[in-house]
Amino acid sequence: MPLITYRDALNQALREELRRDPNVFLMGEEVGVYQGAYKVSKGLLQEFGERRIVDTPITEEGFTGVGIGAAMVGLRPVIEMMTWNFSLLAMDQIINGAAKMLYMSGGQFHIPIVVRGPGGAAHQLAAQHSQSIESWYAHVPGLKVVAPSTPYDAKGLLKSAIRDDDPVIFFEGETLYGSKGEVPAEDYTIPIGVADIKREGTDVTLVAWSKMVSVAMKAAETLAAEGISCEIVDPRSLRPFDDEPILASVRKTNRCVIVEEGWPYAGLGAQIAYQIQQTAFSDLDAPVTRVTGADVPMPYARNLEHMAMPSPARVVAAVREVLYLD
Amino acid sequence: MASRVVMPKLSDTMEEGRILRWIKKEGDPVETGQALAEVETDKATVEMEAYTNGIVRKLVAAEGQFVKVGEQIAVIGTADEDISGLLPAPADPAPVAAAAPRELPAVPADLAAAGRHLKASPLAMRMAAESGVDLKGLRGTGPQGRIIKRDIESALATDAPQAPSGGSAVAPQRSRSLATVTARDAAPESQDIELSPVRRTIAKRLVQSKGPIPHFYLTIDVAMDRVWEAYKALGEQKSSISINDVVIRATALALRQHPDINASFAGDHVTQFARVHIGMAVALDDGLITPVLRDADLKPLEEISAEARTLAERARARQLQPSEYSGATFSISNLGMMGIEEFSAIINPPEAAILAVGAVRQVPVAVDGQVMVGYRMKATLSVDHRVADGASGARFLQTLKRFLEQPLLMA
Repeated sequence: MPLITYRDALNQALREELRRDPNVFLMGEEVGVYQGAYKVSKGLLQEFGERRIVDTPITEEGFTGVGIGAAMVGLRPVIEMMTWNFSLLAMDQIINGAAKMLYMSGGQFHIPIVVRGPGGAAHQLAAQHSQSIESWYAHVPGLKVVAPSTPYDAKGLLKSAIRDDDPVIFFEGETLYGSKGEVPAEDYTIPIGVADIKREGTDVTLVAWSKMVSVAMKAAETLAAEGISCEIVDPRSLRPFDDEPILASVRKTNRCVIVEEGWPYAGLGAQIAYQIQQTAFSDLDAPVTRVTGADVPMPYARNLEHMAMPSPARVVAAVREVLYLD
Repeated sequence: MASRVVMPKLSDTMEEGRILRWIKKEGDPVETGQALAEVETDKATVEMEAYTNGIVRKLVAAEGQFVKVGEQIAVIGTADEDISGLLPAPADPAPVAAAAPRELPAVPADLAAAGRHLKASPLAMRMAAESGVDLKGLRGTGPQGRIIKRDIESALATDAPQAPSGGSAVAPQRSRSLATVTARDAAPESQDIELSPVRRTIAKRLVQSKGPIPHFYLTIDVAMDRVWEAYKALGEQKSSISINDVVIRATALALRQHPDINASFAGDHVTQFARVHIGMAVALDDGLITPVLRDADLKPLEEISAEARTLAERARARQLQPSEYSGATFSISNLGMMGIEEFSAIINPPEAAILAVGAVRQVPVAVDGQVMVGYRMKATLSVDHRVADGASGARFLQTLKRFLEQPLLMA
């Protein structure tokens, strides 16, 4: 099976969907002539032309609103946010426009829009450009929120997102773009709302998505050397959320550690922990624990940035805590 | 054209209002915009207006009554038209049970109380309840002395007696019991536990049973070897058929052959039921209930098993409809899973009998003059002597025993 990068997986998904459906188009800053701020849309302007690959001014609210309008009249826009931090300017359009239009129009207007871009921290991008805000979007009824962690998941989920008739919020990651994974050459999609077990184990359930999956994997390898077997569940979709594999895992392991890049207070980990204790209360031998980003604006200094993010060491410590070791 | 008047939403936080005073009475004419009643809302007292013209035909809500927003309070129409279709339906006598919350395994009351003072993980509490380990006697190895899974596991592994955990030097034991006595002296003498509705009903019905019904009891010891083998084999196939399911089927078939037991005393005659509906006793936290497996003699084992399981779950979730727990012609109570060897149950009127089933035990048995190991299960039949005599009950039990000892006869 071909081994390709996450970036190329997204590129393939966009290309295939642009070819498949003439209503699909890509719009955002630098997506065309520049070939994409992170080269995700490389080569697309050349193949599909200016009507399908649209470079915009720096106006997130404006071009998101244009995309929503286009969706209302039957087009299928893919709106790129250069990073999800900039989406704050477009939030009114996304939430009050895209998310609620189907409901407020009494079912008359589906908004088949995808808003995609990299979220979370990279390297020293500092406070305003390192935010993990998937929980803000997962909070909103009317949106679907997806955060693939591998090239395979990225391609399959982006295709499903583009084919979905409802707004899909798609979280990528700058430090994920270069990661490689096996991706089938033939056409495939991954349904939205289905989790994936990235690693099977018996002693503890780790829940992680996007960049945190590799953090959990590294922790799992360290723990395996100590004889502790970790099961890693990647929800892939944050809304709708597939909690059955996590509950089944907790019934097996009796303990859970959630690893998330975002801030702890009122974050997604809190929601997942609620769901676990609500349903699998009598299966828990320890409280559900989270390893999260620090509750601070992201520091610029490299050493502080490292301290502010979840790391394999912190996950290992959390696992040992829920196993009541040392 | 008559119409219903409903409680309007007079403020945006209003959920219900109270009719303080009807300004218009039945028979009064009313026009749109005229005040109909004084209503007390969450915020203030306001006058509500009529939205149609006509005669006030019926006031459905009384003065002083709380009415939810949107519910009917009156009917306005012309003087003589038929408004019977606009009157509210009579209140549902049996309110539908609210959706059952996610089921938590029932923790025995004293264990739950212990948990409030002891720190134990939910899993440890469940394991203790399921295995009978006494939480009070354990020292937890979790943070702040929390009792956790491995503490229950080691308690079960060390085979310690139920008394407080090992290291029992005499002196510490005595001081502990002194402390217990002192603590008990300070505590109230007893605790009044209010009767739950289920408990109250059980109390009433069983006095009605044990009092008037002349019970007699017959016990039979059944060789369950073949059933046990089949049950184990099915278990390996991941079937969830239980011993109790087999007992239900055997009992149902036996009742078909002994209609004199499948009966009811009716004062001046005995009613023999044409069909066999088995009530199965299901334990709840605060009592028990007997959901009914209808036509159990016609159902194959898998169907009995699935239905029994569903009924038991719904019974514990308090979701049974009255039609599901009435109409039994015979009942079965099984305490085998709780280790009871044999017991006598009280008949559920208007039935004439009840079968009390004990545990399947591996015991030494004498076969053809040799002692060997066999599986035995005791079943005690309680019979209403007004309906049947010892011989009838014994014949029924012999048939039941034959079915259970030669299971192929049930196929």
